Amino acid sequence: MNAIDALPWWAAVTVAFLLVLGGLITLLGTVGLLRLKTFYQRIHGPAITITLGTGCILIASMVYFTVIQSRPVIHEILIGAFVLMTAPVVSMLIMRAAIYRDPRTGGAARVARDTTEAQPPSDNQDG
Amino acid sequence: MRRWFPSPMLSIGLLLMWLMLNQSLALAHWMLGGVLAIVAPVLARPLQPHGYARIARPLALFRLLGMSAIEIVRSCFNVSQIILFRRADGVNSQFIRIPLDLHSPHGLALLSCLINMTPGTVWVDLLPDRHELLLHVFDLHDERWWVETIKTRYERPIIELFEAPPATGQGGKA
Repeated sequence: MNAIDALPWWAAVTVAFLLVLGGLITLLGTVGLLRLKTFYQRIHGPAITITLGTGCILIASMVYFTVIQSRPVIHEILIGAFVLMTAPVVSMLIMRAAIYRDPRTGGAARVARDTTEAQPPSDNQDG
Repeated sequence: MRRWFPSPMLSIGLLLMWLMLNQSLALAHWMLGGVLAIVAPVLARPLQPHGYARIARPLALFRLLGMSAIEIVRSCFNVSQIILFRRADGVNSQFIRIPLDLHSPHGLALLSCLINMTPGTVWVDLLPDRHELLLHVFDLHDERWWVETIKTRYERPIIELFEAPPATGQGGKA
């Protein structure tokens, strides 16, 4: 672990801060899974994990390896790009599957009709 | 030219990806990446039912991505705040409907990715009968504000991006 000793203090502080921040945001996303009541609310929890959580950890990795190896290490951008491209598709798939399976809504058509009514149904009363 | 580079943006992206993956700027990697950038789009073209997207103004794309990055960070903090401090019963989650003018399939794909990347909103479905977007909002405070925001800040730049040359028509078939 000589590499860590070679890290200058400003880089160590930056990397540690970003790692702790990213870890906290990731934890917060899972706390959201635990605390929120219905499925439709819970799907929003992991969204902060995939954006800011991975972002902070990837930037920390970029800073660490750039300083340690004294050359720009930026290929973590690819991880970020692929996560950002695939995660929205997954969340859309899960959301649509939930809508079509939900016995209360009975398919997207029902939800669509209900939302046009004067008193749209709220999905946070039961769960 | 167009036969060998059906999508210049895709080719440049593949070349950059190859160089980044190998973390090298050696001549051999430029050549391998160049081969990949020419061959992959040509081979993958039959897989694209609508052809490759024609992006009229790449700069506008980057401006849109930058704007949504700021929006992502801001709504990350909003959602974290709600998860931490609000009682779960007090969160007003709703489905809302937004009428869309955007018809380009590539534009719709980009819009759905941007909306789903932003914490707090999930694209549910595109209702075919009146071309409306069904959107789930984590904490709804003002439905009209959401419709305005999606239409002016996301949809209009995307329409300008993909549908600027009217000669190619909707879908931008190459």
